[in-house]
Amino acid sequence: MAFEPREEQKELKYQELRIYSDDELHNYTEEELKNFKVKHPIPDVDELEKGPWPSFVADAKREALHRKKLADDRMLINSECVEDLLGQLQVSFDDGETHWKHGGIVGVFGYGGGVIGRYSDLQEQFPSIAHFHTMRVNQPMSKFYNTDYLRAICDLWEYRGSGLLNMHGSTGDIIFLGTFTEQLEPVFYELTHVLQQDLGGSGSNLRSPSCCLGKARCEWSCIDTQDMCYELTHYYQDELHRPAFPYKFKFKFDGCPNGCVASIARSDMSYIGTWRDNIRIDQEAVQAYIGGEIPPNGGAHSGRDWGKFDIQKEVIDLCPTKCMRMEDGKLEINDKECTRCMHCINVMPRALRPGLDTGCSILFGAKAPILEGAQMSVLTIPFVKCEPPYENIKEIVEKVWDWWMEEGKNRERLGELIQRYGIPKFLEVLEIPAMPQMVTEPRSNPYIFWKEEDVPGGFKRDINEYRARHKR
Amino acid sequence: MALSTERLGLYNPEKPMENRLTDLGPRHFWQYFPPIIQNNYGKWKYHEILEPGILVHVSETGDKVFTVRCGGCRFMSVEHVREICDIADKHCDGYVRFTTRNNIEFMVDSQDKMEALKKDLESRKHVSGSYKFPIGGTGAGLTNIVHTQGFLHCHTPATDASSMVKSVLDDLFDYFQGMTLPAQVRISMACCLNMCGAVHCSDIALLGYHRKPPVIDHEVIDALCEIPLVIAACPTGAISPAKTEEGKKTVKIKEERCMFCGNCYTMCMAVPLADKEGDGVTILAGGKISNRMSPPQFSKVVVPWLPNEFPRYPDVCAHVKRIVEAYAKDANKYERIGDWAKRIGWERFFEKCDLPFTDHLIDDYRLQYDTYRTTTQFKYTEAAWEVSRAAGGIE
Repeated sequence: MAFEPREEQKELKYQELRIYSDDELHNYTEEELKNFKVKHPIPDVDELEKGPWPSFVADAKREALHRKKLADDRMLINSECVEDLLGQLQVSFDDGETHWKHGGIVGVFGYGGGVIGRYSDLQEQFPSIAHFHTMRVNQPMSKFYNTDYLRAICDLWEYRGSGLLNMHGSTGDIIFLGTFTEQLEPVFYELTHVLQQDLGGSGSNLRSPSCCLGKARCEWSCIDTQDMCYELTHYYQDELHRPAFPYKFKFKFDGCPNGCVASIARSDMSYIGTWRDNIRIDQEAVQAYIGGEIPPNGGAHSGRDWGKFDIQKEVIDLCPTKCMRMEDGKLEINDKECTRCMHCINVMPRALRPGLDTGCSILFGAKAPILEGAQMSVLTIPFVKCEPPYENIKEIVEKVWDWWMEEGKNRERLGELIQRYGIPKFLEVLEIPAMPQMVTEPRSNPYIFWKEEDVPGGFKRDINEYRARHKR
Repeated sequence: MALSTERLGLYNPEKPMENRLTDLGPRHFWQYFPPIIQNNYGKWKYHEILEPGILVHVSETGDKVFTVRCGGCRFMSVEHVREICDIADKHCDGYVRFTTRNNIEFMVDSQDKMEALKKDLESRKHVSGSYKFPIGGTGAGLTNIVHTQGFLHCHTPATDASSMVKSVLDDLFDYFQGMTLPAQVRISMACCLNMCGAVHCSDIALLGYHRKPPVIDHEVIDALCEIPLVIAACPTGAISPAKTEEGKKTVKIKEERCMFCGNCYTMCMAVPLADKEGDGVTILAGGKISNRMSPPQFSKVVVPWLPNEFPRYPDVCAHVKRIVEAYAKDANKYERIGDWAKRIGWERFFEKCDLPFTDHLIDDYRLQYDTYRTTTQFKYTEAAWEVSRAAGGIE
């Protein structure tokens, strides 16, 4: 099963795209790197080269040396920018405070997102990072790459930027860290014209959607996470680039309830794959687990001796709904009572597999604490079939956005709006009925906002009529 | 078409809209799947972790893909990415992927190729000695710490990110390369409450936090900020309009109402909060994302504040280690930190982790009642006896 792009993708060949020659790419020796000192004294930053975990400082120094040894006309941002960045980091450690200025409105024409302005407040000391703007590049779904693409990105960003990036930012984009205002449009033109690649979202936009690796390399994914993510990202390009929302909005796609991209905690609209038929059981494999032939949990616990695998203790007793039992040497699951938490499947992946009638649950409203406290997404739509081009899902998205754009206050996330109006109002917007699955328990106060149309005779009454029955 | 080397490339500032391409979106994913992934898409049957950091996925077609997972720094240079490409070209037909938690995954289609790849990765070190591609981050162990920008690129941090993550991971490196814990431990780091790293559902969350109210730049506030927006930004209504002695429009702050969230500074550069002595680190624990067994949980504040000891944060590292080790020793198999704390009771969690419990840890914000304990079920710990003594209930 192959997926096709919406528009034809030209194949990128690094050999045709490249800026730097092989000699330029290998322009320093290990000996030179060992002896290399950045131009500023950075004792505390140097300290961070020690220890086994990869040192970002050691890595940055490579780039600093590489730039230093490139000819001056072989990059458009000052060759010392990495050294200046490390120098400013040392001053920040000394002062215990950041030295980046607040904000700065920069961008590319016609877009309201994708570029974040950044200026140093120590521009005389560190002139090459006086401007150090960020550009967000929308990552390919679930972050698979080939080296032609990555090498081209590297040449582009070393030539027109600092050569420093994030693989990846928190939302999922490739983050280009550090360039001057002059280079924002040129970088954008190179990205779009040469690499057929767009910027990601920032500001009060749809942010670059992201997804888990899904069916590409996971046996549990119940939805085509990449395809859904790709389709919705492309379909909503206008919302991604041109701010029309009260605040940010995030889509994340998890293939199963294990939640590897954290959609339930980190997205305004969380899509989580699930199934509605039965867990598939291979009884022979169940026996193999019981017999100790297959390590439980895919071998995840093999670093410690936890004793012999005990299906009763480790699976059946830990099932949150207690819907499993061994009967005549066979594992039985009462699927009707199962809440699909994934525990038994995680422990015995070769014996148990999600069902085949799959789709996703849709939850709304997660966000970090700013401002009214952190929220997780609320289960709203239990099951939706997910077939391209996902028209049923787009309809839901648009109902939600229409309401949020109409009623949301400046910088109010969807989750906060739902809390301000209540779930019943949200259900009205979505045109769906209530279900007990939306709450952990029903309300304990009787303060129901009855509507006039709910009550026979309505709210309009005549006081004189009342007084005819009841004296003052 | 090659990448251009002209100063402004394909962009003509005289005609900025000329030839402008927009709304292209991301490139399509399918071309970046290696053949073994394309051929087995949706056909994966099961997986196994062969050793820490090394997975094999087996397809219904009989194909196997071997994955070697390496820890990576989120902040990296193009030099590092080029080295990743060299490895991918040498072993993986030019394909590579990154995980949500900033790990790098190299995939090959046979055990032999995997062994060669593994050897190559283990041999690569920076000149100053740290690993470039440590293998690990799988199963019941510690995986990479996701984090934010910190002093390297952000204007609102209360601490630095990359240096803290490096320090904590140096300290817990064996847990990254092992699978000796009761379940996976997800540590996340955000350098201010804006939490662009969204750490609020992590087993352990490290959070930069301010402790001094904003200082007001009366000279410029009226010119640079929308004063009503600054006032509206405050969730506790601590900010109100004021005038300076010279009659300039400004704001005043009821300091006892400030909870140091920094939302006002996000709206207005004239009210900075950062302060060397005020800023530090809050530790939260017991959160998770997964729906496995128990529902997803928020992390809870277990250490209200620790100082920013740049560049190595010994106190933060020691606290994290203490929690991880107490958990490793006491929790049941499959139990996440939050599940463990819930089973033994949070009073026991503080005792076992040897963490002091102070009034800072009792919620007094909007939804505080949700956390009140309204039962007589509790466990006796030293903290309980202290209360009884203070209340005159016992000697």
